[in-house]
Amino acid sequence: MTFNILIVGVGGQGVLLASRVFGEAAMSEGHEVAMSEVHGMAQRGGSVSAVVRFGRGTISPLIPKAGADLILGFEPVETYRALQYANENTMIVTDVQKIIPITVTAGSESYPEVEKLITAMRDAGFSVLPLEATRLAEKAGSKLTVNSVLIGAVSALKGFPLSEESLRSALIASVPEKAKKINEQAFDLGREAVKL
Amino acid sequence: MSKERLNLVPQGTKALMLANEAIARACLEAGVAVAATYPGTPSSEIGGYLESMSKHTGMYFEYSINEKVALEVGAAAAVSGLRSFVFFKHVGLNVASDPFMSLGYVGVRKGMVVLSADDPSMHSSQNEQDSRFYARLAGVPMIEPATPAEAKEMVHVGFEISEKLETPVLLRTSTRVNHARGIVELRALPNISRKGHFEKDPFRFVPVPAVARKGRIRQLECMKSALAISEESPLNFEIGDGSVGIIASGVAYTYAKEFIEDACILKLGFTWPLPEYKVKKFLRRFDRVIVFEELAPLVEEHVQRMAREEGCQTQVLGKLSGHLPMAFEYTPDTVLALREQISVKNMKKTPKFESIPLPTRPPVLCAGCPHRATFYAVKKALNGREAIFSTDIGCYTLGLNPPLNSADFLLCMGSSVGAAGGFAESTDQKVIAFIGDSTLFHSGIPGIINAVFNKHHFLLVVLDNGTTAMTGHQPHPGTGRSSPSPTTPVDIEMMLKGLGVHNIGTVDPYDLSATIQAIKTALDTDEFSAIISRRPCPLALMRRGKLERKAFIIDKSKCVRCRTCFTKFTCPALSWDGIDVSIISELCIGCGCCAQVCPKRAIEVSK
Ligand code: SF4
Ligand code: SF4
Repeated sequence: MTFNILIVGVGGQGVLLASRVFGEAAMSEGHEVAMSEVHGMAQRGGSVSAVVRFGRGTISPLIPKAGADLILGFEPVETYRALQYANENTMIVTDVQKIIPITVTAGSESYPEVEKLITAMRDAGFSVLPLEATRLAEKAGSKLTVNSVLIGAVSALKGFPLSEESLRSALIASVPEKAKKINEQAFDLGREAVKL
Repeated sequence: MSKERLNLVPQGTKALMLANEAIARACLEAGVAVAATYPGTPSSEIGGYLESMSKHTGMYFEYSINEKVALEVGAAAAVSGLRSFVFFKHVGLNVASDPFMSLGYVGVRKGMVVLSADDPSMHSSQNEQDSRFYARLAGVPMIEPATPAEAKEMVHVGFEISEKLETPVLLRTSTRVNHARGIVELRALPNISRKGHFEKDPFRFVPVPAVARKGRIRQLECMKSALAISEESPLNFEIGDGSVGIIASGVAYTYAKEFIEDACILKLGFTWPLPEYKVKKFLRRFDRVIVFEELAPLVEEHVQRMAREEGCQTQVLGKLSGHLPMAFEYTPDTVLALREQISVKNMKKTPKFESIPLPTRPPVLCAGCPHRATFYAVKKALNGREAIFSTDIGCYTLGLNPPLNSADFLLCMGSSVGAAGGFAESTDQKVIAFIGDSTLFHSGIPGIINAVFNKHHFLLVVLDNGTTAMTGHQPHPGTGRSSPSPTTPVDIEMMLKGLGVHNIGTVDPYDLSATIQAIKTALDTDEFSAIISRRPCPLALMRRGKLERKAFIIDKSKCVRCRTCFTKFTCPALSWDGIDVSIISELCIGCGCCAQVCPKRAIEVSK
């Protein structure tokens, strides 16, 4: 068995940090882990994605098309862009907060309605869980805790194979001392949002 | 795992590491005494780890001025009895190729591993050349890992081979290895001695023709021994059994292993020289053999030759047969191209979904980036006049995109200056060369000397942000930040003066009107001139906790919604909701440039 996570978002949002939390949690539960991440150019506000795979006999750092078991989107357009990696059983969790790319600001392209993106995903038969993650992060005390909200949300998903405890402790270990408290709060807000 | 913790973890611990981190750790475990690099993605992070870990272990580590120098530093250590490690990205090996070609002739005395990181699909490079050709060209053995765990172990094997044969070993990685993370096991750290001793032997180490002829023979003998090692090496092994044979190397092996069924894989980790005997024996057992490798059909060509030599009817499939793609990186889906030939693991399907046009999201210059201000000032100074922008490798290459449009030509590190000289001689257009501070030191200097000497007339703009920003803020000679203790920074103005440049101006790009004025003046002089546009990279300051933010806001009562700030300056911290322009407070660093751009002075510091 292999579980494949694809995390997508925009450079600077904490996609890489989130992927590391999943990787560390999987390792702590005794899984084999293979991961891949993007460096360099893509960190400057471009599209970013990271792959986390765990289970038995997993060695390749990338996943095939339609091969994701979970797509965790930090930004709705980026989530939609990643759909080719989803199948009908893929869990899709996405923040609904838009981040407008420079191509739109400069007027050469346009940004679709977030509502429309969510509806189109549902119409195609995907199970998608839209979250107001950025808003919850603000509620926790800082917009910068979006990734903790999202990881918390994933920890509450039915059928997600890693435990709440290992995700929580991997997350807390990855943030600086003074930010531990608000990140834990953000994690809890994410969890609650899913349970509702 | 934090860099500091990394070198303290005890032997036997398992850790989840980026391959680059694992490679750095392996260097410590292998007792590397000297390591050198010029940063280049996907190899850059190795330097960050080595720099911080070397402080605790006594290893000497340096960011060299360029890859050629790095290789020379490493070679000197290795002939003096110290293990050395030199690393860079694939195009760095082009720069280092000159000394690399002779090193196989004279050889080394202690282990030397040279890592070249290829970038299939060009995630952050100007081309996707295949470093493996260099192993053949230089006559040195080469090994190729497939996973982070292998990358770590191969550093050790590399040093053993290097010492056995007294020759450098090329460790070829690729983006999906360097930037993969996996579980690795840590070994103990030995005590190392930092000082070696060079025993003179000029008739080996000074390749004048008579010596080089001996060296050539030495190198050929060495490769013969390397072949014998390759035949026996556990880095080349068979796995699985099935009716189809697959020969795979690098990260491509991982896709073959996971997604192809009913196949026997000959995994090659020691790929130059290829284990001829082993491959031939493998070929004889199958009707069909697929070669699975990234970039050039290097192994495939040899496999075809071996099949011919063996007189066997084995069909060899791969890039040359048209079954696999020549360009770009492989992914698990690449195996689908072989569906007709072999059985591929049942892959899932994506349900049909509406194709909604999505905006693209290219990387951009950061909020408050001083380069944006410089480019803006250059445009203003030109005031509609045309100019050729000869650009270089760094963040500022992103100025390519509209509305800045500040890049017209680029080849490689340092090419902006040399090419500008070429444009100045071959056209009547105004020519402006852009080069970053780190790139200037790396290889911009010879172009400047050439311009002065040959009286090329163009404007050189040095974008001095005080760091090597694109690859992760590594130091360079202009920063004075050196390991383990600081040195006197090289003064760019004095250096240019010393090279014979007379027209030198220094500006702060955040002061737009002064910058525009200085550039105007420089463009009007009729000799080679240089402007140093100096302002530290805000991202670097932020990381060191030294950025003093000011919050800027737009006064809606003064704003006439002309959107000048937004469309002409295009800082990513400016946003537009269809009616109003506003400043995204979390992104704005308070450089104040947009306030100077606004014709109505509607942007101001928030109180
Ligand atoms: S340039 Fe000034 S006046 Fe024009 S839209 Fe921007 S803030 Fe408003
Ligand atoms: S002050 Fe203006 S130009 Fe500078 S970072 Fe803030 S929004 Fe961008």
